Amino acid sequence: MECYFDNAATTRVCNEAAEIMNRVMLEDYGNPSSKHIKGFDAEKYIRDAAATIASTLHAAPKEIVFTSGGTESNNMALAGSAFVNKRRGKHIIASAFEHPAVYNPLLGLEEFGFEVEFVPVDNLGHIDPERLSEMVRDDTILVSIMYVNNETGAVQDIAGLSRAVKQKNPHIIFHTDAIQAYGKYRINPKKEGIDLMSVSGHKLHGPKGSGFLYVADGVRLRPLIFGGGQQKDRRSGTENVPAIAGLGIAAGKIYEDLDTRTAHMYELKQRMIDGLARIPQAHVNAVGEDIHKTAPHILSVSFDGIKAEVLLHALEERGIYVSSGSACSSNHPGISGTLKAIGVPEKLLDSTIRFSFCGNNTAEEIDYGIETLKELVPVYGRFSRK
Amino acid sequence: MKYRALLIKYAEIGIKGQNRYVFEDALCDRIRRKLKKISEGFSCIREQGRVLVECPEEYDYDETIDAIKTVFGVWAICPAIVIEDASWESLTKHTGDFVEERFAGESFTFKVFARRSDKKYPIETPEICSGMGDYLLQRFPHLKVDVHEPQVKLQVEIRNKAYVFCDTIQGPGGMPVGANGKAMLLLSGGIDSPVAGYMVAKRGVYIDAVYFHAPPYTSERAKQKVVDLAKLISVYTGPIRLHVVNFTDVQLAIIDKCPREELTIIMRRYMMRIAEHFAGECRSLGLVTGESIGQVASQTMQGLAATNAVCTMPVYRPLIAFDKQDIVDIAMKINTYETSIEPYEDCCTIFVAKHPKTKPRIDVIERSEKKLEGVIEELVEQAISTVEIIDIAE
Repeated sequence: MECYFDNAATTRVCNEAAEIMNRVMLEDYGNPSSKHIKGFDAEKYIRDAAATIASTLHAAPKEIVFTSGGTESNNMALAGSAFVNKRRGKHIIASAFEHPAVYNPLLGLEEFGFEVEFVPVDNLGHIDPERLSEMVRDDTILVSIMYVNNETGAVQDIAGLSRAVKQKNPHIIFHTDAIQAYGKYRINPKKEGIDLMSVSGHKLHGPKGSGFLYVADGVRLRPLIFGGGQQKDRRSGTENVPAIAGLGIAAGKIYEDLDTRTAHMYELKQRMIDGLARIPQAHVNAVGEDIHKTAPHILSVSFDGIKAEVLLHALEERGIYVSSGSACSSNHPGISGTLKAIGVPEKLLDSTIRFSFCGNNTAEEIDYGIETLKELVPVYGRFSRK
Repeated sequence: MKYRALLIKYAEIGIKGQNRYVFEDALCDRIRRKLKKISEGFSCIREQGRVLVECPEEYDYDETIDAIKTVFGVWAICPAIVIEDASWESLTKHTGDFVEERFAGESFTFKVFARRSDKKYPIETPEICSGMGDYLLQRFPHLKVDVHEPQVKLQVEIRNKAYVFCDTIQGPGGMPVGANGKAMLLLSGGIDSPVAGYMVAKRGVYIDAVYFHAPPYTSERAKQKVVDLAKLISVYTGPIRLHVVNFTDVQLAIIDKCPREELTIIMRRYMMRIAEHFAGECRSLGLVTGESIGQVASQTMQGLAATNAVCTMPVYRPLIAFDKQDIVDIAMKINTYETSIEPYEDCCTIFVAKHPKTKPRIDVIERSEKKLEGVIEELVEQAISTVEIIDIAE
């Protein structure tokens, strides 16, 4: 049996998205900036995608800027708003467990004289709005808080945090990295006080190389990429029409039956947690009393005495695909900052596996996963580094 | 400047007496393989203590030189112009044109050297030198002759055509691969073993390799890294037959039965045994490792002795007295360093004890290995029979 439990790393592109991309590449391959009908036809895919995505957010199509993915969206949001607002101040706040695609652009901004502070999280990965509000100053221009953490599935009360921040300083631009949230939650940026929101397409059965940044009407950004002035000068470069079309279809499809999907994923997650309870070495991280307060698709588990990478490869031999820490950062042998931030004990940091689900996973797969773990964990617990 | 010939000088091949043709053939063979990849139309022939490469009308000069610089046995490459009509008038005129183009009005001191392979050529060697010198002085009054320490050594060689050159590009030296038999390299993903393979190949030895992997403790990427490294050194060594041995069960048996602080030494002894098996199969005459005295716990003098004790073949350790930095320098030069430092764990490090034995005694190790009897034979057999062979083309 093949069980793909690495959907927070990337997902399988849905058939409908793959089909439309194929059509764009082979038939409607015009340049959307071309004046002839071929260009017009191509442009229509972009307009359709923007309209679909906007409707999932109760937003306007013009508030959607297509990018090459989550990393670019984050860079555009952070650098773009910091540089526009630098005369008002240079103070930026982010959470202590941002993804490297937020953390590293912020470090880059420090080199330009911006001052970045990080607000701590508790052991469920939550930020206290009061604590955040205390850090806000008159010269704070930007606050960036991850919506759903990619390693633990912890969810923030973004609306509450944004309110707390803006009550103290209404000029602040509020950005959220929603890469693990969009396609799992119904998000209403206007109501939640979100000015900028980063989304990646390949986390929701869209293609890699696709994504967008939601830019609330009236929020100004300095572009990262200059050139031919596409997308109203906000992001130059010929639009990646196949990817944008695929993303639009995938987004539309996922919000069509979002509630059944997420309910299904919560069931899988609960089933996994129940199964893990019978494995004494397994410790579930960052899930409190109610799993519905965590993301439906991400489950972080530490296995006492087993090196995560060994277990990962052993599972792989049985057709089960998971991540150790976060796939995006697990190329680096360094230890996960996020897991440290939520207080996972030192000896378990190196022993943490992330299971992440999607609507296509089944209860049978979960059971197979649990059975396999029951078999492997004692074997690989026996041989370890001494 | 259009160089239509490359005169290739070789080093130690010249002194090999009766067997000289073996070396020369191997060298030409290696050069031909390289040139074939660049374009059609090169010819490569042996000629009186040189290899003469004639180049096609159109070819990429830099790429060609870089390719020949990876051929062991090449001492120097001299890019030359070819003068089809070697009559004195034509020879002097074309040589003068060459000097004009090559040095564009620069002032320098020079001396002409001549070599006359075509003994029917009407002018004798000393006259070629003095005559050419006179011609050049007349045509370029700003030049001067210095017979003791000339800045430019202008070389004229008369064969059926004339070849004129003044530049010498250093080659890697050594001997052409294939001239000296075969050896089996224990290739890990580290910095040292690819360098060791490179160095032994430089002595004309054809290299095969064996890699031990331990899934799931080591990943597919760790294996890919070794394949990549083999590919990188194959530029110098020629094609490599890589044996990928699944070592997991042998390793786990050792962990199970033997003291943990002896693990690495006992593991290395089994690696040597298995490598020797494949060396025998490939008709290799020895093993090659990247070991260096004292570099890690298992490479102390005692550790090396304990590892070496199981080998019946000679084990060649070209880095034995090298400092790490010297090895890194070579790894950078041969372009393996960047790949070697990719962070994937190999089977030597994953179970390593906190305090491994640094002064193992052979009798103690042998006693520990006794505990493996009855189990290990079958596991070794299985590791050998399930080997995966990957042929790496250069």
